[in-house]
Amino acid sequence: MLLKTLSESSGVSGGEQEIRNIIRQQVSPHVEEAETDVLGNLIVRKKGEKEGPTLMIVTHMDEVGMIVVGFEKSGLIKFSKVGGIDDRVLVSKVVQIGPQKIPGVIGAKAIHLQKPEERKKSIKIDDMYIDIGAGSREEAEKKVKLGDYISFITRFEEIGDHCAKGKALDNRVGCAVLIEILKKQNYPYSFYGVFTVQEEVGMRGAGAAAYRIKPDLALVVEGTTAADVVEVKKEGHVTTLGKGPALTIMDASVITHRGMVQFLKKLAEQNGIPYQIRRFTGAGTDAGRIALTREGVPSAVVSVPCRYIHNPAGILNLKDMENTVKLVDVFLKNLPEGGFNNEGID
Amino acid sequence: MKELIKELTEAYGPSGREETVRKVIEDKIKPMVDKMEVDSLGNLIARKKGPGKRVMLAAHMDELGLMVTYIDKNGFLRFSNVGGISPHILLGERVVFANGAVGTIGCEKIESMKDLNFQKLYIDIGASEQKEAEDQVKIGDIAVYQRGFQDLGRRIISKSLDDRVGCAVLIQALKEIESPVNDLFFVFTVQEEVGVRGARTSAYRIKPDYGLAVDVTRTGDTPESETMAVALGKGPTVKVKDTLIITHPKVKKIMVDAAERTGIPYQLEVLERGGTDSGAIHLSREGVPSGVMSIPCRYIHTPSEMVDYDDVINGVKLLKSILETPLD
Repeated sequence: MLLKTLSESSGVSGGEQEIRNIIRQQVSPHVEEAETDVLGNLIVRKKGEKEGPTLMIVTHMDEVGMIVVGFEKSGLIKFSKVGGIDDRVLVSKVVQIGPQKIPGVIGAKAIHLQKPEERKKSIKIDDMYIDIGAGSREEAEKKVKLGDYISFITRFEEIGDHCAKGKALDNRVGCAVLIEILKKQNYPYSFYGVFTVQEEVGMRGAGAAAYRIKPDLALVVEGTTAADVVEVKKEGHVTTLGKGPALTIMDASVITHRGMVQFLKKLAEQNGIPYQIRRFTGAGTDAGRIALTREGVPSAVVSVPCRYIHNPAGILNLKDMENTVKLVDVFLKNLPEGGFNNEGID
Repeated sequence: MKELIKELTEAYGPSGREETVRKVIEDKIKPMVDKMEVDSLGNLIARKKGPGKRVMLAAHMDELGLMVTYIDKNGFLRFSNVGGISPHILLGERVVFANGAVGTIGCEKIESMKDLNFQKLYIDIGASEQKEAEDQVKIGDIAVYQRGFQDLGRRIISKSLDDRVGCAVLIQALKEIESPVNDLFFVFTVQEEVGVRGARTSAYRIKPDYGLAVDVTRTGDTPESETMAVALGKGPTVKVKDTLIITHPKVKKIMVDAAERTGIPYQLEVLERGGTDSGAIHLSREGVPSGVMSIPCRYIHTPSEMVDYDDVINGVKLLKSILETPLD
């Protein structure tokens, strides 16, 4: 399964080479052009039957992870976070470091060595280290370099009722959706597919890509929070697994284009594709940068709900992913030739 | 101008949903401008041609709002804020949606006011079940304060004087300037309250030589208020600095000279927290010398903001005087 390959590859923000190469191999046979810009965004152009509005479909390749910042004499490795990770989820996780994928374990003092008061506190990242089994600093430095990226090792598996578990589902699921779309044929208009870098550290790739492409409109495909779990009251769920792709009205980075959102809703209804509105106005996506590029770009966001994002393992519903592909597909097939006006289309 | 301010402040227009207030402005300024257009984000850009430098004037159309995020089985609406609203001022407040649906804000049981946050609040639109609520309001709809314009004589209370009073100052100046010496772009911007977004894209489009935002600023003239050397009734302000901009010295000088030349009272303003559209304009492309003229305003971001009408009138005068300056 494509999503398995994508989920299990490494691509922490700024170190997207591996995931970019995989995506490039996947899409190259199906697109007219594929190039990597200076920041590392993979920009491909899909030929349609004719030229319409300049559209970019955007999804970020990078994942949250960690980076090597130092070595102890003992050979243990100090690290920092890249992107938003809760310190409390780090301890005892198995990770891989650098291009050689050196395996290691995030260590901390074992329970029987902790004082009673220590057991009550969560361990801070400053008190953690990665153990790669090296006996000395010199030995560790032979295998791992300062600045090497670190990602979780999590096996991707299909589980339960149409669900899958894995790491980096935010946003390898978006990559999977866009790759599927790029493999299809016969869209009425040409469009750009953009796999961006550095979203998790501040949506940095997307702005540069949009500046280059000068799009008339943009659709961002994301993996977003689903908080439909026991401790959260219904009004805090944000999105729900299995209820279809989520459309964003507003988040902390963007107010999406009303006409595009109305259009997506209408298409979903006409084609029997389930959808939900993202019920939260926090967090941000690449759309925040794209919408404010140059003279402004009408933008919308469609997301696959994922539980436990920014964690070593998350869960999504594969039907939501399939329905997201369907929604993006009908969007491309029905795109109005003149794009969208200011007032929306309702 | 009070009628104009009343009409503008009472119009519905939270960030991202500015079309109603934009329509009001379009109708008013259409006969007076050379060209008018709406860009992809919804900014209204009106040009009044003159021989001199390209000057971008910005007043934002959008106001604060509450976006519906969830409708429960009993028809109560949960929401989050659009722009900087404090949950404390919402208790007992009434709000209205674009379609006219009205609700009041209720609060769950809390032990202490310290526990108050948006998660504890809900909007009650009088529906008794989910379906009945959904017939009137959908997830993603935005409510605004339902508070009308109140004329107190010298002073005015209304919702969204931030920044409809700025829009009114721009419209009035546009009316009174017949043959401008500079090439004027009056921009009524969107999405200022969520991060000066409309000003950023419109400045890119216009490529101005100078930028000037007209907005409101807070005052330090109320009981036990935070220190700030701005008071109601002492004139519009010439901004020196806020969180997003240090006013370009050339622009500051142009503004101060314009006030002193015409004997208009003004105040110098240093705002310690907050920013305006000029924060985005001055960083557009290669940089744009920019400043801000503010109308002093009490109780900003509450349903009852207050300005002094003399400051508004003097604001129009000062703006005209600034724009009459030949710029190089």
